[in-house]
Amino acid sequence: MDSIAALKELLYKIADDQLIIGHRNSEWTGLGPVLEEDIAFSSMAQDKIGQSEHIYNLLHQLGEADADTVAFTRNAPQFHCSQLVELPIGGYDFSLIRHFLFDFAEYLRFEALKTSAYQPLAQVAKKFFGEIKYHTMHANTWVHQLGHGNGESNGKMQESLNYAWNYALGMFEPGPAEDVLITENIFIGETALREQWLEVITPLLEKSNLVIPSQSEWAPIYGGRKGEHTEHLQPLLSEMTEVYTIDPTADW
Amino acid sequence: MTTPKYIRQELKQVKDPEIPTISIVDLGIVTGIDVSENNDVHVTLTPTFAGCPALRMMEDMVKEHLGSYEQLGTITVETSFATTWTTDLITPEGHEAIKKHGLAPPKRNCSNITMDLLEATPCPYCESGDTSMKSPFGPTLCRSLHYCNNCKQAFEGFKPVG
Repeated sequence: MDSIAALKELLYKIADDQLIIGHRNSEWTGLGPVLEEDIAFSSMAQDKIGQSEHIYNLLHQLGEADADTVAFTRNAPQFHCSQLVELPIGGYDFSLIRHFLFDFAEYLRFEALKTSAYQPLAQVAKKFFGEIKYHTMHANTWVHQLGHGNGESNGKMQESLNYAWNYALGMFEPGPAEDVLITENIFIGETALREQWLEVITPLLEKSNLVIPSQSEWAPIYGGRKGEHTEHLQPLLSEMTEVYTIDPTADW
Repeated sequence: MTTPKYIRQELKQVKDPEIPTISIVDLGIVTGIDVSENNDVHVTLTPTFAGCPALRMMEDMVKEHLGSYEQLGTITVETSFATTWTTDLITPEGHEAIKKHGLAPPKRNCSNITMDLLEATPCPYCESGDTSMKSPFGPTLCRSLHYCNNCKQAFEGFKPVG
């Protein structure tokens, strides 16, 4: 695989993760448990979807279709998002745990990409990094608070962490050309990212009275990066593209 | 011939659509102005937030505003991430304008933001430091929510971004 193809594969998975988690975050708009949280998830949705558009623009510069076409006309098997992001929002406990696991990974991914040899990506990474910092602070505040709340809140968070864990490990599914990305200094690679992520989240979860499943139970759920998805992605896409499908030329 | 300095001055009339007291120049998003020999103007803007819905609106506002100057040629506007926007790019005049809109201006030197840093945002009404942060997310992407324990007033802050 040449470096352009490897780069495109990397960009697609980043943008698709952001678009889909952004859409899931937006499902809390109007339903958040308290007003501030409703606003927080809505703001994070806006950040993620806005960031995905800029990554799709980078793909467009590399010869792919424009951002709207890419976002709104593909079916589930053409998406490269991890299965973690497509899971339904569930209860607030699950949404917070997923938010925590996903955003720390994304924060570290963009931190690494700040020094990418591919300059256009390094430039957006610098910008996104500053924004995502707020997402990780938000996630950690709530995980800590509910981890220490009472037996019920701790139990719910722990149960969600257990459920989300193998999906979260699936975020780091190695791509077909990790070696190219690494030798060309485009990206540090998924294995190195996973190591960094574990180093950062392990002490934070410990401080929050939450226990990472024991290593013998780790079984990363891969497939998302190759277009293999859960039954939940296609209904999300159908809903997200409803207006676009009715009139692809509509402007709003 | 028109100079970039002149264009920068004139762009002070273009205001942020979400905080109409601050100009896009004082907001620090005008990162490049090129003027050609025949007075064509190319303006480069950098996004405050990647998902800011006002971005395209501000591009159009720049085009429209400069388009009204008869001596200028073709106006083009581009958005680029080449210069990363941080709240440290907001001018001192910009801080005053943010206050005028009833928002607490962002702290300076924002490269290492922590929750503690946000906690101690001074109240824009009574200037008390005895405030607490309610949420780092507010009604627009650039604002956080706070409460002043001294004057018992809720307020919004323009949050620091590094």
